[in-house]
Amino acid sequence: MSNIRKAFENGKAFIPFITCGDPDLETTAAIVRAAVANGADLIELGIPFSDPTAEGPVIQGANLRALSGGVTTDKIFDLVRDLRRDVKVPMVFMTYANVVFSYGAERFISICREIGMDGLILPDVPYEEKEEFLPICRRYGVDLISLIAPTSEDRIAMIAREAEGFLYIVSSLGVTGVRSEIRTDLGSIVETVRQNTEIPCAIGFGISTPEQAAKMSGISDGAIVGSAIVRLIGQYGKDAPKYVGEYVKEMKDALK
Amino acid sequence: MTNQNGRFGIHGGQYIPETLMNAVIELEEAYDHYKNDPEFNRELTELFNEYAGRPSRLYYAEKMTEDLGGAKIYLKREDLNHTGAHKINNVLGQALLAKKMGKTRLIAETGAGQHGVATATAAALMGMECVVFMGEEDTVRQALNVYRMRLLGAEVIPVKTGTATLKDAVSEAMREWTSRISDTHYCLGSVMGPHPFPTIVRDFQAVISKEIKEQILQKEGRLPDAVVACVGGGSNAIGSFYHFIEDEGVRLIGCEAAGKGIDSFETAATVNTGRVGIFHGMKSYFCQDEYGQIAPVYSISAGLDYPGVGPEHAWLHDIGRAEYVPVTDEESVNAFEYLARTEGIIPAIESAHAVAHAMKIAPGMSRDQIIVITISGRGDKDCAAIARYRGEDIYE
Repeated sequence: MSNIRKAFENGKAFIPFITCGDPDLETTAAIVRAAVANGADLIELGIPFSDPTAEGPVIQGANLRALSGGVTTDKIFDLVRDLRRDVKVPMVFMTYANVVFSYGAERFISICREIGMDGLILPDVPYEEKEEFLPICRRYGVDLISLIAPTSEDRIAMIAREAEGFLYIVSSLGVTGVRSEIRTDLGSIVETVRQNTEIPCAIGFGISTPEQAAKMSGISDGAIVGSAIVRLIGQYGKDAPKYVGEYVKEMKDALK
Repeated sequence: MTNQNGRFGIHGGQYIPETLMNAVIELEEAYDHYKNDPEFNRELTELFNEYAGRPSRLYYAEKMTEDLGGAKIYLKREDLNHTGAHKINNVLGQALLAKKMGKTRLIAETGAGQHGVATATAAALMGMECVVFMGEEDTVRQALNVYRMRLLGAEVIPVKTGTATLKDAVSEAMREWTSRISDTHYCLGSVMGPHPFPTIVRDFQAVISKEIKEQILQKEGRLPDAVVACVGGGSNAIGSFYHFIEDEGVRLIGCEAAGKGIDSFETAATVNTGRVGIFHGMKSYFCQDEYGQIAPVYSISAGLDYPGVGPEHAWLHDIGRAEYVPVTDEESVNAFEYLARTEGIIPAIESAHAVAHAMKIAPGMSRDQIIVITISGRGDKDCAAIARYRGEDIYE
């Protein structure tokens, strides 16, 4: 069974997204530990990419800050090795296809396994292109996470049936970023998902408040929050771990 | 040339967010239907001929031929099209297709501004809304084109992210499309991006080589020895090559923007300096660092200033059917000035890259050989920038 399943065993899961190396890798490590100490169930670690086409301005900014600070894929692998000495919750990487492809998919994914990463989210790899990475992920026991969008419609069943780890349901059209309102009929999307798979599903994109998180986890198995956390990190820099910790606690409490 | 998943050899594909998948599937279905629809093709041909001024001339550059003293040189005059570049071919096709699909809004990226102007033009003609994304740096380099787009009723959004050039404009247009799909068609300007764009854009641009073939057979009774075109994403080049791919005796030469040289970091010569990667929806060659971060690229030409190349070009390179050669800023500016003085034709600085390479190879060829150079656009837009390059400040 996938290790990721454990993230969904403490009630509804709270899944924070953190861009590695923003503002630096030491702070990233402290933020992850603060998030875990305050109830985060699964950590999504972003490997920055120069041209993150699925991201809104907040996460784009974090990618740029991290890259200009000199972060690299190898340094992020070292960060995970350090984190895995005490962090036990499941962790997944979120990055773009070229970061993995260019490193060598087999080399990248085998290192994921070795350092204890449980999954991989590639927002620019849809169902039609997953054969590029999926067989390698399976060989090394790393879950390739599938995404479902508000426009997926007749594709939901097909994607859900072959999904592994957990399903990432994109709440809204557009790129990542805080939204005041989420209008997609997520209830019916989740219903179709449930008819086609046993694996848990979590909703992300646009969630920032405890109320939104509670509402989303009412429909699904968890809530993913990226931009709201990345914005806190952008605001507080090296002091961010404390503020992210408090925010995670507030959000996780709202899911209980 | 493509298989069902939009692959050219290992290149191409559909590396895009799930949110856009149904949109590209819908586009592919619509295109597969309309490309064989007689009424669609009649309307498109009428737009090409009556509105864009096709067929474009294949002009024998006699003075240039005599001056270089080698191969006979013909210029395919895409610069004479309405809006001044080959971009209109693709845009009229896509705008007509989008209209048939019930879309009311076109979005586009632009580098030099030629594709943006062409899209704004088609939108005006067909009564559609139009938004163009343009790197902020390019809005400064090509201020006149920004004004032209606005004059045509388009909204121009300066893109400030990343390097604020063409690649960032593409990223921003993709982001915009992700947020508004139902009424919006992304009118991609080159043979790049996710399938089916490289195929659709190539098919609409293939009119260039179709005409070259007919015209050269009529004028010379034989095929050319070489077809030379500039390559950024590669739309005018694939359009110029397409109907010659099967004719093995015709050399196909794509001229990449080498900027300050392929041994410098200030270059945009993707095939010559890049390696295989996945970006902007496709697998192809990209300028990138060892970790796959897309490299900032540089060229004096805003239209060739792109870190990737269309997947069909990547494939033509892999199988050795086409050659991709680097041409520097300096060589292109010399060719820009040369063609103006020799033939009285001011080419786009993009097209001047092709002229520059033809100037290198023509003298070594025999007088009974033929080179066709595609002049993809006219150079009015570049005059101020070239003057600056030569140390002269002029006001537009």
